[in-house]
Amino acid sequence: MNSQAFHSVDGTYNFAYLDEQTKRMIRRTLLKAIAVPGYQVPFGGREMPMAYGWGTGGIQITASIIGKDDTLKVIDQGADDTTNAVSIRRFFQRVSGVKTTEETQKATLIQTRHRIPEKQLTENQILVYQVPQPEPLWKLEPREVETRKLHAYSEYGLMHVKLYEDISRHGEIITTYDYPVEVNARHIMSPSPIPKFDNPKMAMMPALQLFGAGREKRIYAIPPYTRVRSLDFDDHPFEIQRFEDPCALCGAEGVFLDEVILDDKGDHMFVCSDSDHCRERRAAGHAGHRASDAASIGFVSSEGEA
Amino acid sequence: MMKALLEAESVGHSYPGGQLGCEDVSFRLYPGEVLGVVGESGSGKSTLLGCLSGMLEPSNGIVRFDVGGQGLRDVFSLSEPERRLLMRTDWGIVRQNPRDGLRMNVSAGGNVGERLMAVGARNYGNIRNEALDWLTRVEIPSSRVDDLPRTFSGGMQQRVQIARILVSKPRLIFMDEPTGGLDVSVQARLLDLLRGLVRDLGVAAVVVTHDLAVVRLLSDRLMVMRQGRVVETGLTDQVLDDPQHPYSQLLVSSVLQA
Repeated sequence: MNSQAFHSVDGTYNFAYLDEQTKRMIRRTLLKAIAVPGYQVPFGGREMPMAYGWGTGGIQITASIIGKDDTLKVIDQGADDTTNAVSIRRFFQRVSGVKTTEETQKATLIQTRHRIPEKQLTENQILVYQVPQPEPLWKLEPREVETRKLHAYSEYGLMHVKLYEDISRHGEIITTYDYPVEVNARHIMSPSPIPKFDNPKMAMMPALQLFGAGREKRIYAIPPYTRVRSLDFDDHPFEIQRFEDPCALCGAEGVFLDEVILDDKGDHMFVCSDSDHCRERRAAGHAGHRASDAASIGFVSSEGEA
Repeated sequence: MMKALLEAESVGHSYPGGQLGCEDVSFRLYPGEVLGVVGESGSGKSTLLGCLSGMLEPSNGIVRFDVGGQGLRDVFSLSEPERRLLMRTDWGIVRQNPRDGLRMNVSAGGNVGERLMAVGARNYGNIRNEALDWLTRVEIPSSRVDDLPRTFSGGMQQRVQIARILVSKPRLIFMDEPTGGLDVSVQARLLDLLRGLVRDLGVAAVVVTHDLAVVRLLSDRLMVMRQGRVVETGLTDQVLDDPQHPYSQLLVSSVLQA
């Protein structure tokens, strides 16, 4: 392949920003991560043109695996039009020129922060998570030399100490996001700060799941169709969040909802956190009890049909 | 003949630079027995304890432990995960400073329950009941089970540390100055408690201290150390009442009579 083919649309950077050697290094790391599900593989994380905490780990993975034929979707807290999602999508539009979409089923590559899409993903899709803190044990054991041993020898009693503390203080497990999971009956893993509502979706997912932590320089993965179990106690089983009312805009039930404050008089409503899912439902004619307000309060997609 | 639980054979350790820690220490400890190790600061007591408890690999000699009742095995020939399993099930280390032995940001109940969870206990109710039971046995009111150790007094922290270890029903505990930093009345109560627990549970112990009153109360046998070597051994009362080595005599006569 001639080198010209690698050039990005703006002609300044290599295709997808990273140089080919870096991509190769990250791909090797990814292969290792997929081979040992849930194991945190160190990699030579690069400085990216945005600050740590803005998804530099996920961006490096995306940059390493994205191809010209891919269609990229970027979500932040479930929405395609939030700051983080918009800036990362524009970054890849500029440095790779690939197609982007907001529709979950059209994407081949989805980079996400804090959510898993409501729509079931397929074998033809890859989900890339941005991870701020890959080590699930870090709050209880600050020494990394020690946490590595705990993983190596499967000494995971400590993780339950955290859940024990939750129950003893609050009567139930109050960890609601970044809820630790056991992958492939071996490694304990941080699912990144997704709500525990999304934890069951990770189990036996047909799509490949990749996790990148830029600051901590760790990559880990869940291959398709892998067992993922959320930790719990026999007498305090794992439960996901439940919502009393359906989405106020599209009427969806059994989805993760965000509370939206509408004015300074206490008016609020719960709407789908997955903005694409909500838009698609509304387009198909579903309506919640405040659907008519959607436009007036600015709830229209940026690619919006409304 | 009873089988030994722990055996030290010519154990010695030198620190890098040739600094001597301890040298040529040999003894056997039998189940249920309490061995006291006394000596002044710098006499090699803590180095010896480190070697015995698997935390410091001795430069000479062998430490053997009766792993799982299967006979004596060299502690340092075990693989690291085996040794770590030993440390959190069959062994316990009571540290001088409870801050080293406790998780200060985890409640007393969580501290006590940790060893249970480490070996696979996954029923919250059972773990909590066991933690409550052990806290009661070390005289911590059950109303304090959810409090953080830093809200406890020094003596209470030390007792939580003891409960945290005994919950896994160890066969051997190591104590490094268990009463250090506690006032005399609290010391007396802690010793009384320890003595009762050690006798009730039949757990063997190695107690390192510079406080002769502690060994008088707790230990069956005594080793007196000086400059890294054992200078005298014998039954506790025998050594304390009729010391033979000049250094033992000095040590015994140095104690102020109140």
